[in-house]
Amino acid sequence: MNVQDKVIAIIAEQAVLEPSDVQLTHTLDDLGIDSLGLVESIFAIEEAFDINVPFNANDPSDSDFDISSVAAIVRAVEGLVKDQANA
Amino acid sequence: MKRVVITGAGTINPLGDTVAKTFEAMREGRCGIGPLEIRDVDRLSIQIGGQVKDYDEHAHFNRQQIALYDRFTQFTLLAARQAMEQAGLNPVGDLANKSGVILGTSGGGLNTQDENYRAVYEEGKNRVHPFIVPKLMNNAAASHVSMEWNLRGPSFTVATACASSNHAMGMAFQMVRSGMATVMVTGGSESMLCFGGIKAWEGLRVMSKDACRPFSATRNGMVQGEGAGVFVFEDYDHARARGAEILCEVAGFAMSSDASDIVMPSKQGAARAIAGAVADAGVAKDAVGYINAHGTGTAANDKTECAAVADVFGAHADRLMISSTKSMHGHLIGGTGAVELLACIMALRDGIIAPTIGYEEPDPECALDVVPNVAREASVNVVLSNAFAFGGLNAVIALKKF
Repeated sequence: MNVQDKVIAIIAEQAVLEPSDVQLTHTLDDLGIDSLGLVESIFAIEEAFDINVPFNANDPSDSDFDISSVAAIVRAVEGLVKDQANA
Repeated sequence: MKRVVITGAGTINPLGDTVAKTFEAMREGRCGIGPLEIRDVDRLSIQIGGQVKDYDEHAHFNRQQIALYDRFTQFTLLAARQAMEQAGLNPVGDLANKSGVILGTSGGGLNTQDENYRAVYEEGKNRVHPFIVPKLMNNAAASHVSMEWNLRGPSFTVATACASSNHAMGMAFQMVRSGMATVMVTGGSESMLCFGGIKAWEGLRVMSKDACRPFSATRNGMVQGEGAGVFVFEDYDHARARGAEILCEVAGFAMSSDASDIVMPSKQGAARAIAGAVADAGVAKDAVGYINAHGTGTAANDKTECAAVADVFGAHADRLMISSTKSMHGHLIGGTGAVELLACIMALRDGIIAPTIGYEEPDPECALDVVPNVAREASVNVVLSNAFAFGGLNAVIALKKF
């Protein structure tokens, strides 16, 4: 499973949907994922990829981690995985 | 002052997952204590407990709920559902605003703490699930009951060790009696049968390795249990107006502090709470037919409790019945008073006094009628439930037949 498939699987589980129902253009709002669901998804991503996601629940928009859409999250996770490989 | 009645009861405990099953077990004098089935039990010197067996959280809650509900919260929600369904209440509007939740617990989400300390200390993990705090906090159960049943009035959690539930129910009683609340969901829950929970208790060396035998000369300590009891306390006028079935009346409550020792009980402190509850109920002492004892099965508690009862009731102490159902379900710590209130309701409603099982040999320091080993039929009109906590905090509730 590549990064995109893994991230989509995590988000789908949180949204109680099939992975095939999650589109890259979806926002978390579209998928019905609230703030608690978001922090749980980020935890699951950290566990799955063994990375640290720079995300502050006090002000999500201020974080370096872009959560504006599924595609943005996938890109952000890909970046973190790459940084870790290079570190 | 309002009269306060109980219109709903629910439970899950080592004797059963409903009130009816619990009554049946108490009538039969069945023991719910057995070998503990928990991780690392081989490293414990105490390996028995009153565990809720054959429990599958997935049968009651979905994955997202389980992420937020510690075992003590799950037990609470299951008991609260039974109680609210029996009461037939679905509070909305003004009633919701005047209805609340007060629950007792001592350890709160202790399993959640244990599992996550294990993860970061033993397994060296540097990350824990984001919901650990809302899952472990002592008020989680009260908050989830409030959310599930739209109870928007006074709600909080009481933690006074072994007296938590009785203090919680006492507060709920006073709020309904004063007119501050119309309906209060109250009781308590505990689930500390995990490695850390038992290990801490082992340290005190008051735990029995084989059985809980309250009042018996052969008693050798307490046995921990787990579970929840939840009740609906309701303004009598409100209950009557809607035609609710009334299980019994909550007649009185008193509490006291020994102000003497952090673990050793005091006869005077216990006696003041017992006498206070009888006085608060406005009944004569000789009207009390049954006492559900705190009866932990430790040397110190049982003899002190019997001495306090003898002091308060004088000659009547030899005529009333006093039993400890901890012999069957173990000591549910912060939830114990709630499950034990069921034995009081059974006594009033069914005329059956739950026994003290495991009783082997009389102790001259506990020379009362402890209803040894076999349940007894008897008609009683007023009953008490005692709880005396570590820290010397005592809370006694008086119930009356309705």
